[in-house]
Amino acid sequence: MATLTVDTPTPSLMGFTIPLNATAGALLGYIVGTAKGSPAIGVVVGAIFAAALAFVLVQFVPDRRAGRLVGAVVTAILGFFIARISGLVVGALLGLILSWFAYWLARGDYRATVPTYATSGEVLWHNTFKVICGLIFFFLIAPIAVVIPLSFNAQDFFTFTPEMLALDPDGYSLKHYQDFVSNPDWTRPLKNSFIIAPLATIISVSLGTLAAIGLSQSHVPGRRAIMAILISPMIVPLIISATGMFFFYSKLGNWMEGNLGMSQDFIGYVKVILAHSVLGIPFVIITVTATLVGFDRSLTRAAANMGAGPVRTFFKVQMPLILPGVISGGLFAFITSFDEVVVVLFVGSAGQKTLPWQMFTGLREQISPTILAVATVLVTFSIILLATVEILRRRSERLRGMSPT
Amino acid sequence: MSDTTQNGPMRAADGTPLKKSLARALRRQKLRALALIAPLLIFVLVTFIAPIADMLFRSVQNDIVADTLPRTVVALKDWDSTSGESPGEEVFSALAVDFQAAAEQKIHTKLGSRLNYENPGISSLFRKTGRGAEDIGDAFMDQFVDANAAWKDSETWAGLMGSDEWLAEQAEWVAAKAEGVKEPKFRLRDGIADALPRTSSTYATFARDTQSGTKSLVKTKPWPVFFVALAQDLATASPEVIASVSGDGAALLQEAAATAAGFEPFDYKAAFTDIDKGWDNVGNWITVQSYSARYTPGYFLNAVDLEKSPDGIQARPEQQQIYIKLFVRTMWMSMLITGCCLLLGYPVAWILANLRASTANVLMILVLLPFWTSLLVRTSAWKVLLQQQGVINDILVWLGLVDDGNRLVMINNQFGTIVAMTHILLPFMILPLYSVMKTVPPAYLRAAKSLGATPWTAFWRVYFPQSVPGIGAGSILCFILAIGYYITPELVGGTQGVFISNRIAFHISSSLNWGLAAALGTILLGAVLLLYYVYDKIVGIDNVKLG
Repeated sequence: MATLTVDTPTPSLMGFTIPLNATAGALLGYIVGTAKGSPAIGVVVGAIFAAALAFVLVQFVPDRRAGRLVGAVVTAILGFFIARISGLVVGALLGLILSWFAYWLARGDYRATVPTYATSGEVLWHNTFKVICGLIFFFLIAPIAVVIPLSFNAQDFFTFTPEMLALDPDGYSLKHYQDFVSNPDWTRPLKNSFIIAPLATIISVSLGTLAAIGLSQSHVPGRRAIMAILISPMIVPLIISATGMFFFYSKLGNWMEGNLGMSQDFIGYVKVILAHSVLGIPFVIITVTATLVGFDRSLTRAAANMGAGPVRTFFKVQMPLILPGVISGGLFAFITSFDEVVVVLFVGSAGQKTLPWQMFTGLREQISPTILAVATVLVTFSIILLATVEILRRRSERLRGMSPT
Repeated sequence: MSDTTQNGPMRAADGTPLKKSLARALRRQKLRALALIAPLLIFVLVTFIAPIADMLFRSVQNDIVADTLPRTVVALKDWDSTSGESPGEEVFSALAVDFQAAAEQKIHTKLGSRLNYENPGISSLFRKTGRGAEDIGDAFMDQFVDANAAWKDSETWAGLMGSDEWLAEQAEWVAAKAEGVKEPKFRLRDGIADALPRTSSTYATFARDTQSGTKSLVKTKPWPVFFVALAQDLATASPEVIASVSGDGAALLQEAAATAAGFEPFDYKAAFTDIDKGWDNVGNWITVQSYSARYTPGYFLNAVDLEKSPDGIQARPEQQQIYIKLFVRTMWMSMLITGCCLLLGYPVAWILANLRASTANVLMILVLLPFWTSLLVRTSAWKVLLQQQGVINDILVWLGLVDDGNRLVMINNQFGTIVAMTHILLPFMILPLYSVMKTVPPAYLRAAKSLGATPWTAFWRVYFPQSVPGIGAGSILCFILAIGYYITPELVGGTQGVFISNRIAFHISSSLNWGLAAALGTILLGAVLLLYYVYDKIVGIDNVKLG
């Protein structure tokens, strides 16, 4: 399709680029000024500096990349004179923001994603909307992001110390991590978590995968009712599951101790593992049935046709194809157990204290900064899990011939 | 070859009619599917559905009164609670035996704390009586023992009450002294139940309770109430009946009959009211009588701030009404949290659904990362942020927006619960909204605009109605998750920001009122199942997607 281009002279946008950039500069200047004890000077200097920067960059540096670099370097040098190393970092950041903003305004980028016929009100709303969304994303991610630097705090505080803000190496330390790996209050729960979660996952994945295959057959009497029962552990609030299990498992435990002569510690693990595996089952069922929806049934028939028995067909044909679904279901089950507090709090005894349980007690009673180190480790852990699940999902879609979304 | 004539049924290769053969194949297929599902179904039924059913059962179960005070409960059946007088001698004599047995096993305090849920203060009555009840009948015992020291010995009583065969077996057991072998089960002597009805039934209770432990009947001290019962029996029984009693104790009994003739009749009621005046209080007896049934609606009534009284069901006193308020607060706050999630989730879902796929995928990570991050990590993050000495307050003070002296209180109140739970549940709103918005063709909006609609009309009349299923799915999901939340309100909610689930946990682990916890749980479960049913109707449980 031929595109019709009309050469219209680009209007100069300096008229509002400079005032707007000055406003942004004033805001940032206010923050910097507050840090240095004189907000008023900060506002004035910030506004003048931002206006000048915008003017110089837009008029004399046509290449954006170079312009941004210049802005960052200039502001960083200024920052270095005000507050040494931390000033350098903050200055570079502010310079980047201001120069990016200047180009964004002056080159008309702010209209890039709206149709050309949009009125200026619509453009304003569109960009406001983007800022609102950005703030919501910030709300989603900021609490998790804040925890990470705080976990390196050299003090036992839950807030940024002046040394940390000055990027002084003395303000940071790994002592909370050291506590996490050496204190038995934390290492024992960690061990327990790594005993309970994998075992619970194995139970829920093996039983769940079998049942999902059964459920995906064409004729299953009472499929809806069965599905409802199997999904119910996810629907019933945890506190209710925990209440029911508390009564039931204490009876079960007494019976096992009395009649089978098992040790109390062992029974405790059995109870928690059973409880956790039942909580993980809905996730396995949901992910595996979702994978089986796109499964080509003629493949198993072809295998049978060529003389493979049902077991061989399952392991050689069906299993490799649904494996991504099984693994991501298993990861869900694992994280459910690994992250679970309420049920283990009610069903387990002190011997089965898991990591979340220890965190819960820590948060409720004496809040120790080691929790933040643990939290950071867990965040890293969940990033790895998230990446794995995402890769598996894409692989599964590719295997089933669905286009990646 | 099978013969297929034109009129005959169609046949399969092996000669069976095709219809039958197909039906068999279908049946086999069904059985195979069920066999694959069966292990998991059984597992879930046993480890999950059974505990829930057990909890439902526990919310109405009330065996403790009938088990601890069996005689009293029977005797109390005929008592008219509207008469305004405490029950008669019959009930008190039953109570004396029950209390003796209960105090021996130390279960009377449990009953006291059970009834205390319904009638605050009654537990001290039970505790106090438990200490005193063992002495009821002491005076009679002394008199009998004074007459003949043999009454003090448990062997005397066993010999009088036990049947000859039992006594023989018992003697053998004592001689054998085998480890781990229990004493032969006690059997009453023939005819003794007719001759000494009160004494024999009391003794039978004593024998049952003693033998349920590891103690031996002949080694356990007789209860003082035996002597009161014996005196009463001797006073009413005719001499011929007493003479008819066989066995070693017969002579002793004859002698005792003569002794007992001179005794004053025993006043049980006075004995109990001497221990504690509470036994003369009609209100306490009404409580015992109302909760003597094996199944009670009491826990449920309690869970909705009602109580049983002689005039029927009525509201509890003002200061004890907490549960309705808590349920309302749970609902209200869950709705508020769901509303906040919708408000924040809608724009994000919209922008994710309308951006280029590559950008949307990157932004999606920002939604999925909190979703995958441990609940406790997120809760502790909010605790760190919202504290008075926390990050947000520090920034506000630093910017000069808040004075250092009066930092904002943002935690341990409703605000803390709402903010933290909105953050935690937001991904559960965004994901269903996103999956619905993804299916709305963007051309519709452009079409509406080209037909002259303003952007707002185009959104409100064209786009929004199509996103309603997503709003429904996300809202119900968030709401279901919110009303059952425990951990976050417990950690950041203080006293004003807690939910009904925190109360359930409190009753399980601290107050030990398990029946009430079960009743509260049952009500909550009912609400969730109702919502779940609605969710299933709107979205369909098969359409739940993860990640």
